[in-house]
Amino acid sequence: MIELPTEALWLVIAFPLGGALLLHFAGRWLGEPLAGYLASAASLAALAVAAVAAVPFFTGEGHPSQSLLWEWMPAVGASFEISWDPLSALMTLVVTGVGSLIHIYSVGYMHGDPRFARFFTYLNLFTASMLTLVLAGNYAMLFVGWELVGLCSYLLISFWFTRPSAASAGKKAFVVNRIGDFGFLIALMLIFSTFGTLSYTGVFDRAAQELSGWAPTIIGLMLAAGAVGKSAQIPLYVWLPDAMEGPTPVSALIHAATMVTAGVYVIARSAPIFELAPVASGVVAAVGAITALWAATIAIGQSDIKRVLAYSTISQLGYMFLAVGATAYVAGVFHLMTHAFFKALLFLAAGSVIHAMGGRQDMEEMGGLRKAMPVTFVTMGVGVVAIAGIPPLAGFWSKDEILSVVFNQGGWYTALWLIGLITALLTAFYMFRQFVMVFLGKPRWPEGVTPHESPRSMTVPLVILAILSVAGGLVNTPFRLGLEHFLEPSFEGVRLGHPPEGVGLVLVLAALAVGAGVVGAAMAFFAYHRPPEAWRRFQSGFGKLWGWWENAYGVDDAYGAMLVTPGRRLSEQTAFGVDMKVVDGAVNGVAWLVQATGRLIRPAQSGLVRQYGLWFGLGLVALLIWILVRGVA
Amino acid sequence: MLTLLVLTPLLGAVVISLVPARRRELQLPLGIALSAAPLGVAGAVFVSFEKGEGSFQMVEKMVWWEPWGISWHLGVDGISLGLVALTTLLFPLSLAASDAITHRRKAFVMAMLVLETGLIGTFLALDLVLFFVFFEVILVPMYLIIGIWGGERRVYAAVKFFIYTAVGSALLLAAIIALAVMHASQSVEGALSFDYLALLDLEISSTAQMWLFGAFALAFAIKVPLFPFHTWLPDAHVEAPTAGSVLLAGVLLKLGTYGLLRFNLTLFPEATVSLVPVLAVLAVVGIIYGAVVAIVQPDLKKLVAYSSVSHLGFVVLGIFALTSAGLQGAVIQNVNHGLTTGALFLLVGMLYDRRHTKKIADFGGLASRVPMMAGFFLFMAFASIGLPGLNGFVGEFLVLVGSFPSLPAYAVVAAFGVVLAAIYMLWAYQRVFTGPLTGMANRKLVDLSPKETAILSPLAALVLLLGLYPGILLDRTAPSVEAILDRIEQTTDYQVPSPGRLEDVFASGSGDGEG
Repeated sequence: MIELPTEALWLVIAFPLGGALLLHFAGRWLGEPLAGYLASAASLAALAVAAVAAVPFFTGEGHPSQSLLWEWMPAVGASFEISWDPLSALMTLVVTGVGSLIHIYSVGYMHGDPRFARFFTYLNLFTASMLTLVLAGNYAMLFVGWELVGLCSYLLISFWFTRPSAASAGKKAFVVNRIGDFGFLIALMLIFSTFGTLSYTGVFDRAAQELSGWAPTIIGLMLAAGAVGKSAQIPLYVWLPDAMEGPTPVSALIHAATMVTAGVYVIARSAPIFELAPVASGVVAAVGAITALWAATIAIGQSDIKRVLAYSTISQLGYMFLAVGATAYVAGVFHLMTHAFFKALLFLAAGSVIHAMGGRQDMEEMGGLRKAMPVTFVTMGVGVVAIAGIPPLAGFWSKDEILSVVFNQGGWYTALWLIGLITALLTAFYMFRQFVMVFLGKPRWPEGVTPHESPRSMTVPLVILAILSVAGGLVNTPFRLGLEHFLEPSFEGVRLGHPPEGVGLVLVLAALAVGAGVVGAAMAFFAYHRPPEAWRRFQSGFGKLWGWWENAYGVDDAYGAMLVTPGRRLSEQTAFGVDMKVVDGAVNGVAWLVQATGRLIRPAQSGLVRQYGLWFGLGLVALLIWILVRGVA
Repeated sequence: MLTLLVLTPLLGAVVISLVPARRRELQLPLGIALSAAPLGVAGAVFVSFEKGEGSFQMVEKMVWWEPWGISWHLGVDGISLGLVALTTLLFPLSLAASDAITHRRKAFVMAMLVLETGLIGTFLALDLVLFFVFFEVILVPMYLIIGIWGGERRVYAAVKFFIYTAVGSALLLAAIIALAVMHASQSVEGALSFDYLALLDLEISSTAQMWLFGAFALAFAIKVPLFPFHTWLPDAHVEAPTAGSVLLAGVLLKLGTYGLLRFNLTLFPEATVSLVPVLAVLAVVGIIYGAVVAIVQPDLKKLVAYSSVSHLGFVVLGIFALTSAGLQGAVIQNVNHGLTTGALFLLVGMLYDRRHTKKIADFGGLASRVPMMAGFFLFMAFASIGLPGLNGFVGEFLVLVGSFPSLPAYAVVAAFGVVLAAIYMLWAYQRVFTGPLTGMANRKLVDLSPKETAILSPLAALVLLLGLYPGILLDRTAPSVEAILDRIEQTTDYQVPSPGRLEDVFASGSGDGEG
């Protein structure tokens, strides 16, 4: 057995970072497809190193360990240090595993793009940043990864920057995330002034002794604010649907499988703090549950194939928030992992469809694609069944675990459980709706579109992800709690939420969850496996409600009217009113006054402002010396 | 070595003056070469600087005029080291970016070199008269650079710059003289002294400290510039030629923060401690105000100028946080801001040289035409936004985290500046570089020349280096910062806050009120 020391783990970050650097400077020269292969190789190399290093955790012999790379800002206890424990190992494997598949897929998807190499530069840079985030040994380094993934998200959303909508969406994503980061920064300030360090070990070992009263709650809420931004929860989710402007592999990797889960990761990582802050945990759970339902209803009304998935992602992230908020950290991380598989799969399949439809994303123009692209049809079908929570696919196990733990918390968490259950129904509904509209029924393709199956480089990742979406849930079942044991060392001393004890109740809860999924799926099938006129009638049956869903409740417009426009007006008034007229006006007024006084004293002279300034200055000097010397004596 | 460092640029100016006027093609290259000499000397100073030492190093002292106690007294410590290095780096780069200056080029190069001597001298002077002389020497070449080689309203901007700073200088001079007089009244021999180290031993009454602090602080606040003394800055920047803007933002503004750090904190510790709320309020207002005003600026250069008001606010907040992290953050932010804003002004200048406009509305979609320029701009914009991994973050993060224990409410408000920075920078980038390429003139733009890339690359490399490994500076500044804090702790009843329970943090900070 090879034992990889923690000291070698910097390689996990170094491979994709080196790839990004190489492609940045030599990308154009390497060209297509070599740049794509090199980037994929860098990602696979990181996966290989991580897999070897994670072996001790699988065999149960591993212990969390740290390795210091170099000091960064010693005054605040910030350094570049890698922390290797089961949680970071799992995240690393998900990021590099799913990431590598998406790299390979992109070689096909980005074929012919003039900035092919540049795309892979960003993709590698993103991988390195995300790995920095999950491997960090302190909050400062975590923040490095946290912000760098934001940068990559910005660069990749606005990858086709000549489209104004893409440029605007990239900026929106970064700015909205920054609003969350404001809270995150405050959390870091609070942590530093309490503990005098930002390192995980320094904070968590002493959290129970040092934190009392409201302190952990405030820290928890501020960390959650950052997480809400990054993981697109209410009220900061508005950037994620717009982020779909980016190329589809980006949506799969960054805006579904990895980056957006960083918020969930941070809360799970900070479990020792949230342990002391039940109120903060409750807020996280409530935000998660409400977001899950909110976004699911919006997803129902979307007709853009990617927007459905975007709102679905927000909704699924809500489940993860609900889980970590209910102290079901393992369940939350479990769903993070299974979601990474099936949502990456769904996005890549959607990308394959878009590819086939010549760039069209409106599901109204699709239909009947199952014959034209059988692999995409089958694999996306697997993804849909998985997300709908139908056993034995991955989504069932993780979602069921979340719901049963939340139910077991009792009290007002029961209401959250109910919201989760309704969301499960809606999830199945909108996903099957999408599936039926895209693949079943009669073709509604516009003229000139001849769909075809995607190339091998795209379908192979689809198949692998489909297999993972089928089998991925088996790592943690009520019969064999593999993941829970695996993650144990990461949550030492933290009370974890658990499903109810009785077998009967567990089965009832599972049956309810599955039932919700089946009902939702059936409803979608019956409503949409009909001619378009029929489903339009079905939709109009909802009256105004459907319009709200279609327009995402008009939240974007409301933010525009309540925040953006007034903010801009305030800024304009400050700049052109206060600054130019009041502040600068006062300065010029003083100058004018001095000049006028000068004129009074020496009417004949109309000399330069400079001279008046000089006299003014000299007078001041004399006056001051007099005052100061007197003050001393 | 320090005397040599101060005088080499001046010597360069003399050499340039000897070049015959008809050999115009020589003037600029020679100027660049000559300004590389001080960079070399500064490099040597940097390398031979002792890391663990908090006091002044490489001190040189010669009596200049005994009866008045004036001496040629130079020394470098962790506070000034980075600024000196920054100064010597920015001069060759901004001279190299001055091709567009064709009118009276020889005089321009000379003015630049004199300016360099003035700046280096100010940072190294340990005698207050010497400091003041250098401080004033700077005004003249800068006035000329804006007034002769500036834009349309250059005279207005130059005069405003001159008068505004001259008023500050008058206060400074008065306070310096008062200090010397105090020395005379307190020392046994009754001698005047302008020596910084001697003046540190003065016993100054609380009232006198307040007055003197006020005079020093006002002079420096104008330089920084702190809100509400900032309105000369956008005018000066918009009118100044590229090199002028680079040095103005890159170095001249740091005279203010350097002065506060060097003189206010050490000479008047008691007044410092009691006036923390005033300065902290101005700093935080500057951070938010500068950023809010920057958002809607129609002129790209003015936008960067207002961003300086915001960024320098962080430096001042860090200084008056009076914690080691805060002060270290202030010192390194001084240097970082010089690198990133210097680079941004260089880029705006390169754009201006091509298009003869700085109006954001005149551009659009440039990235598809000039990808290299867009790349550098975005890189520097993110450094300025405070993206971790790049240098801007290190300073701002240290300032924020460092000021929270002593000034929690201010730190929280200041942190919002980080959000605003993303808004004004990315919105500007969006309007200038992304979207469809607009306008005939923009369609003919040429990307960066190899020379321009060579000018920007060292700055980009330093931005990255200081972002990832700020230790090269922090290791050298930390002891000097500790020395300042020790001095404040010894002379006042101030205690640098140590980590404690949050309840205590809030209890001690609540008296400071909201920013």
